[in-house]
Amino acid sequence: MDLDSLTIDSARTAVAERKTTATALAEAFYDKIQKDDPQIGAYLILSKNRAMETAGRIDRLVAQGADLPPLGGVPVGIKDVMVTRGVRSTAGSKILGNYIPPYDCTAVARMEAAGAIVLGKLNCDEFAMGSSNENSAFHPVRNPRDTSRVPGGSSGGSAAAVAAGMAVVALGSDTGGSIRQPASFCGVVGLMPTYGRVSRYGLIAFASSLDHIGPLARTVKDAAIVLRTIAGRDPMDSTSADVPVPNYVAELEKPIRGLKIGVAKEYFGEGLDGEVRNAVETAIEKLRSLGCEIVPVSLPHTEYAIPTYYIVATAEASSNLARFDGVRYGYRARNARALSDMYRRSRDEGFGAEVKRRIMLGTYALSAGYYDAYYLKAQKVRTLLTRDFDEAFKKVDAIVTPTSPTAAFKLGEKVNDPLAMYLADIYTVTADLAGIPGISIPCGETHEKLPIGLQILGRHFDEATILRVAHAYEQATAS
Amino acid sequence: MKVTEQNVVYVADLANLELTDEERGRMVRDLNSILDYIDRLNQLDTSDVAPLAQTLDRYGVDESKQGTARFAYASRDDIREGLRKSLPHEEALANAPESDGTFFKVPKVIER
Repeated sequence: MDLDSLTIDSARTAVAERKTTATALAEAFYDKIQKDDPQIGAYLILSKNRAMETAGRIDRLVAQGADLPPLGGVPVGIKDVMVTRGVRSTAGSKILGNYIPPYDCTAVARMEAAGAIVLGKLNCDEFAMGSSNENSAFHPVRNPRDTSRVPGGSSGGSAAAVAAGMAVVALGSDTGGSIRQPASFCGVVGLMPTYGRVSRYGLIAFASSLDHIGPLARTVKDAAIVLRTIAGRDPMDSTSADVPVPNYVAELEKPIRGLKIGVAKEYFGEGLDGEVRNAVETAIEKLRSLGCEIVPVSLPHTEYAIPTYYIVATAEASSNLARFDGVRYGYRARNARALSDMYRRSRDEGFGAEVKRRIMLGTYALSAGYYDAYYLKAQKVRTLLTRDFDEAFKKVDAIVTPTSPTAAFKLGEKVNDPLAMYLADIYTVTADLAGIPGISIPCGETHEKLPIGLQILGRHFDEATILRVAHAYEQATAS
Repeated sequence: MKVTEQNVVYVADLANLELTDEERGRMVRDLNSILDYIDRLNQLDTSDVAPLAQTLDRYGVDESKQGTARFAYASRDDIREGLRKSLPHEEALANAPESDGTFFKVPKVIER
């Protein structure tokens, strides 16, 4: 069986029709991970016992002649910012290096309840803070397309595992672009749902008003199946919205003819690589040829998105990460003289450089005398950014942009320049700030054969439309 | 230069960090470079703009209702019976760096 080209339906059908078993399929993935992952570094922790338990359950269902659930027997990976009961969950950080959670993240529990086999926990930037996966406290991830390059971040392990056939689909998280940018760099599909669409219960918090869980997959349809599985109200997360979850898969086949697609000039300005621009403009022409009406729109505050994001996200991170104190769980520094000394040294030794930088920036922005100038100011500009989308979506059904200004960059290229790294998220942070959904799908390659991503943004709770446009584009360009 | 080494020491204290001398120097440089970029927010007049703390305040609310009832989805019913059990003691302590089996243990709280 060719693991690289399996989809949810083909894997599930192979198990249901007894061409393989869920157990044998999981074993095949573990063999592949053992052989290929040393070159990539996508996985941090393998959860083989748990995987084999679920696989056994699926195989018994098949033996009984029962119908398989939607993800029955499908091997998946989970970004290691989602907690898993009994399976080490690190957030890519030394401070949680030995943490074994007593409960499951809702999204993971829903995947497993739908029959998914959780192979293991995927590498990421520490606390999901980064755009290259080089901030993992354990090891970086390499891009399967070119191992001298980064896979993007922070869900770099998730994107790389899906691209390299080491999981059929994966869950990632997106706070400023962390699903869509690595999907773009690795040539896979990455969907960030609307804020509140998917429960955040059990997602190790980075910035609570911006964090989203979503799928990375090889096809738009697989992303739709996963979203349907994990979406919907969860009593354990008061910000999970009570908005009906449509059948995204059935919606995929609706025609896109007549849809109005917005193109914003602000996403095609200085800093956009020429090859990326050409690929995205070609994709826009393809959508036009499929019957969409292309409409110019303006999102005038776009240039203020990165500065807004790095205040809001770091302020929230500084309070969320205050819980790591070496008392109840996590890393504790040895031989501390007193309690306050223990807190400080545990955090000093447990957090990496980028995490400390963001805690410091966020604490500064919230501190007396700076709160109005930075935090309150950023929240006000967040309103302006959100209004830009409100206005645009009065005229159009979706907006297309490049996902990232460049294709994957080299390892080490931006590690010493935090601001340059932050600018890698310039086209993705706006959607997180506005709470709207966005998807990145492959739309060609550079002359060096590096994948390029097309981003499609939609209205709040209208994932169905962006999935439909993405699916139509994918089908029309399939080779 | 907005942020001085003195500011960094003060903020690190608020954040329960200490930072090495080298980290402090680098933090001064990085924070200044990032805040210089962030200063472009001051190009915008926001005197009449309300702050946005999170987007569900504006979306997914029931506008036909008043006050906090608009966010009815965000609350759950009081549970009188059949409360979810709290974590068993030993599970709650399982990840503790140090415990005596009943409590979390920490170094002494008061320095003399």
